[in-house]
Amino acid sequence: MPETFMDHVIYMVILLLKIIAVVVPLILAVAYYTYAERKVIGYMQIRRGPNRIGPLGLFQPFADVFKLLLKEIILPENANKFLFLLAPVLSLAPAFAAWAVVPFDDWAVIADVDAGLLYILAMSSLGVYGLIIAGWASNSQYAFLGALRSTAQMVSYEIAMGFSLIGVLILAGSLNLREIVLAQQGGIFDWYWLPLLPLFVIYIISGVAETNRAPFDVAEGESEIVAGFHVEYAGSGFAIFFLAEYANMILISGLTALMFCGGWLSPFEGIPVIGDTFLGAGSIFWFLAKTVFFMYLFLWWRATFPRYRYDQIMRLGWKVLVPITIFWVLVAAVISVFGLVVRGS
Amino acid sequence: MNAVSRYFKSLLLLELWQGLGVTLRYFFRPKFTLNYPEEKTPKSNRFRGLHALRRYPNGEERCIACKLCEAVCPALAITIDSTQRDDGTRRTTGYEIDLFKCIFCGFCEESCPVDSIVLTGVLEFHFEEREESIVKKEQLLAIGDRFEEQIATARQNDAAYR
Repeated sequence: MPETFMDHVIYMVILLLKIIAVVVPLILAVAYYTYAERKVIGYMQIRRGPNRIGPLGLFQPFADVFKLLLKEIILPENANKFLFLLAPVLSLAPAFAAWAVVPFDDWAVIADVDAGLLYILAMSSLGVYGLIIAGWASNSQYAFLGALRSTAQMVSYEIAMGFSLIGVLILAGSLNLREIVLAQQGGIFDWYWLPLLPLFVIYIISGVAETNRAPFDVAEGESEIVAGFHVEYAGSGFAIFFLAEYANMILISGLTALMFCGGWLSPFEGIPVIGDTFLGAGSIFWFLAKTVFFMYLFLWWRATFPRYRYDQIMRLGWKVLVPITIFWVLVAAVISVFGLVVRGS
Repeated sequence: MNAVSRYFKSLLLLELWQGLGVTLRYFFRPKFTLNYPEEKTPKSNRFRGLHALRRYPNGEERCIACKLCEAVCPALAITIDSTQRDDGTRRTTGYEIDLFKCIFCGFCEESCPVDSIVLTGVLEFHFEEREESIVKKEQLLAIGDRFEEQIATARQNDAAYR
């Protein structure tokens, strides 16, 4: 086929439509994730949560969004204006960009790249720049302290997170997320959460720490430093940070589902009776169900655990999680070499 | 030995699982919250809400302008003007309560010899102008007329405990 100008245009349009097909549901998911958070935490504290706006309070997220967007954007007097406005974008963009390589199903992926895992790691590391720049550009002590804290925390937990993904990488023998999922075929006990159980747990824990969520939310510890790196932000700037935080949580949940819980694969695969029905077939719904489950865990933990002290966070990251991951990476290597887990059986 | 068991306890996150169990149990508990305007908590018979002046069943106002309530009011919220009527009885010409001063202690009701000034169970009221906070005699009587049934029932139910 000759590569004409029209071919390029059509290619771009299709790509754009694909991106819209991912980003729009993602933003809606973020909106309803905030609603779910308030409901779930409310229920765990024997409250009802929001139920005034619309049936069951379902229009609450839109009320919140419109309130934030209609508010004034305040630029602090001595802030670095350019960086101050750039920071929210820098924290949001990687959270969305990472979804480019996430396979929702065997066929449903925007960019089926071979270095997908590397790309994911790069994108999740980039998110920290938004925080640092926001804290620095605000020219406020609170924001600066919050930025320092969250930077140190994110950099530390990045290591444990990377190591636990190395375990997955060793077993799957591929950096392509689609192939990682396909390597886990064969029902719930063939997924990597079982042979890599410690890495699975550590991945979730460091995922929570990466997104600065409770119990690792010292970055915005309300009692000491008000709201952390985004104290000085109001209106839509704040809304974008909010969006980025929740998009990151959804991303971590989705990645956990992909790496350790077989992505779109069905847990009933290979089981005689149930496995033969539609439940046994892998589909996007299994991926979404798993993601929602991990998203719920985020909220559950926030409702349960008190905040870690800062030095305890550092101790946990460096002295507990990193050694365990290094040890289990060796175990994964042994498993792989001796073929204890058969790939894609 | 103790240290070893503690080590494994923390490594297996046992206490964290217990905590998660607690929150999960509470997740399914019936909720305490009432949907306020639709659902309301029951009120005590002695609830001290908005004030009212009562009347006798024949329509005559109870207040005899003895000014005991004015005297006992710790916030000095009550102002009474009185006069002698043509039939020789003493009545109020003005009875004002400043609701911004009032602390809703209920002393006026306790002091009243004829059960005229009472605190009703009404708690949902508001002012839109500052001077509306001073409630006049006519308004108090109107409140009393409107909620007489409720006031009488509450007094009757509480009588056994007084």
